[in-house]
Amino acid sequence: MNFDLSKKKLTDINKYLQNIDRKSNVRKFKIENPSGHHAICAGLKDDIDVTINGHTGYYCAGMNQKASVTVHGNVGTGVAENMMSGNVFVKGNASQSAGATGHGGNLVIDGDASSRCGISMKGINIIVKGSVGHMSAFMAQKGNLIIFGDADEDLGDSIYEAKIFVKGKVKSLGADCVEKKMDDKSINELRKIFKDLNISENPKNFKRYGSARKLYNFKIDNAGAY
Amino acid sequence: MKKKGLKEFKTFPQSTINEIQRAAKEGIYQIRGLGAKRKVPDFDDLVFLGASMSRYPLEGYREKCNTSVVLGDRFAKKPLKLDIPITIAGMSFGALGANAKDALGRGASSMGTSTTTGDGGMTKEERGSSKYLVYQLLPSRYGMNPDDLRKADAIEVVVGQGAKPGGGGMLLGQKINKRVAGMRTLPEGIDQRSACRHPDWTGPDDLEIKIQELREITNWEKPIYIKVGAARSYYDTALAVKAGADVVVLDGMQGGTAATQDVFIEHVGIPTLGALREAVDALKELNMHRKVQLIVSGGIRTGADVAKALAMGADAVSIGSAAMMALNCNADLYRKDYEKLGTEPGYCHHCHTGRCPVGVATQDPKLEKRLDPKEGGRQLKNYLTTLTLELQTLARANGKSDVRNLEPEDLVALTVEAAAMARVPLAGTNWIPGFKEKD
Repeated sequence: MNFDLSKKKLTDINKYLQNIDRKSNVRKFKIENPSGHHAICAGLKDDIDVTINGHTGYYCAGMNQKASVTVHGNVGTGVAENMMSGNVFVKGNASQSAGATGHGGNLVIDGDASSRCGISMKGINIIVKGSVGHMSAFMAQKGNLIIFGDADEDLGDSIYEAKIFVKGKVKSLGADCVEKKMDDKSINELRKIFKDLNISENPKNFKRYGSARKLYNFKIDNAGAY
Repeated sequence: MKKKGLKEFKTFPQSTINEIQRAAKEGIYQIRGLGAKRKVPDFDDLVFLGASMSRYPLEGYREKCNTSVVLGDRFAKKPLKLDIPITIAGMSFGALGANAKDALGRGASSMGTSTTTGDGGMTKEERGSSKYLVYQLLPSRYGMNPDDLRKADAIEVVVGQGAKPGGGGMLLGQKINKRVAGMRTLPEGIDQRSACRHPDWTGPDDLEIKIQELREITNWEKPIYIKVGAARSYYDTALAVKAGADVVVLDGMQGGTAATQDVFIEHVGIPTLGALREAVDALKELNMHRKVQLIVSGGIRTGADVAKALAMGADAVSIGSAAMMALNCNADLYRKDYEKLGTEPGYCHHCHTGRCPVGVATQDPKLEKRLDPKEGGRQLKNYLTTLTLELQTLARANGKSDVRNLEPEDLVALTVEAAAMARVPLAGTNWIPGFKEKD
């Protein structure tokens, strides 16, 4: 089923996609002429497949549950923010806060992602095939941020239990973020993610970063770390 | 006992000396709970004029005086219709125990009003016991999920809090037990310091888009509140209206917190009195007064406070610390446990320790048992009933058949400061400091 955002209201399209008739066999949808609209495919909650042909604005596929959304274009701020499950594929670049606070599912960005990618992430897997901007994985709590390109300043600042994997260069690490051993467990985790998403990459080419856990509790001796 | 003739330093009273010496020993700022302890101009500095020759009172015990209020009918398809204009403020599960959240829900529901989640998400206990539940969207987004968003009756985007405008939440490790940690996706026992900024928007233009997303996810049904700490209240209120709020929640500096730096509580933000007047000015200037509802919080204790807030232009008030006190916070019970914390009833601000003697602000199962949610709910109901009766008494005395018909003309101030902040005349004069009638 096709929707044309130049002819149909965003709210009507979102409402339709959020309330799929489970008896219907139609599970694949296309949205044409997104024209940078915000909140396209926000709040989807069914196992459906949506293709968006063009660029989207803020919060595309925000709070997604179960759905698979593919954007053939660039996306604005907060793509797949607070995603719970499902998959979001971005064929272009992403603006800031991609995958912010995401709890689950996979966000795959073929291009670059701007600053604060994966900020406060809570279990999502974010794969960026290009590079990421500064303060990515800031306060990241859980999940994996996998970067094929480079990472800008202050990667993983104040990180909790999330894992960061970088193939390229890291300009600098943020407070309490350190390089960790790329152990077998991490290699196997990465291998599984790549396999599930049909990505051909060797996990051994990545370096791993995570929390030094020195700032988890107030200690006056660590006050200068920030 | 102080010896006769001894003179205390005004600049360095004993409490200041104690704090200097504590800082010298520990090398870290003081963290504590609840709100400001300093004296600031407040609703006690205003009085109602009541009816007289030129005003006609209503029968105090007989004539009807409406207390209901509709919140969020600007854009939301399903605004909240509350029986009383007194709501329960956002307080997190984590800061409070599950029993306390349950009790707040029971008390509020029995009075036909709302309660509010907090940093850490929605618990099944509070959803179960709350007829109207406002779900907070905070910078941390702990526990945020779209299912709970849809279960909520309203959504409150928290930009700031009166106790700490510009600061994020704080919950020390002793309160991060397995359940709290699980809801927040954090390791157990860490000192949790929430973000102070939202992760995916940075200003009112962005917030407008964020609100659009929230409305899209919830089918434009839920009222969207924006909560701000009292700081630049005129501009913050105007920007909240611009961003598309159905309701603005304004939290003055007397508002409480579960834990933050004492220096933050006492030295950032402005008193509720001045902030409220600025917010009402902004709404009136935009022709949005009563169209975007205003809820004010921070130091509301009595029906008189509620009545004065409404007279100044608020549509409703919200109570946090007072609601906790209705559940026995600072009650003269379990005195030995207060002593273990180095405090006593009436002075306790030790929510941050997790050792709340009365079982309200704790995650310790033994302490939590001291609060029976049913009994707590009944106490809160009684307290809310009392506030409502006091509110109606004052409204009738001023000749109002609806509490929201109270108006600034019903008030005068007892101090020059309060007159200037509230912009009502000093009692017995027609003088409002700093205000000139327009030509």
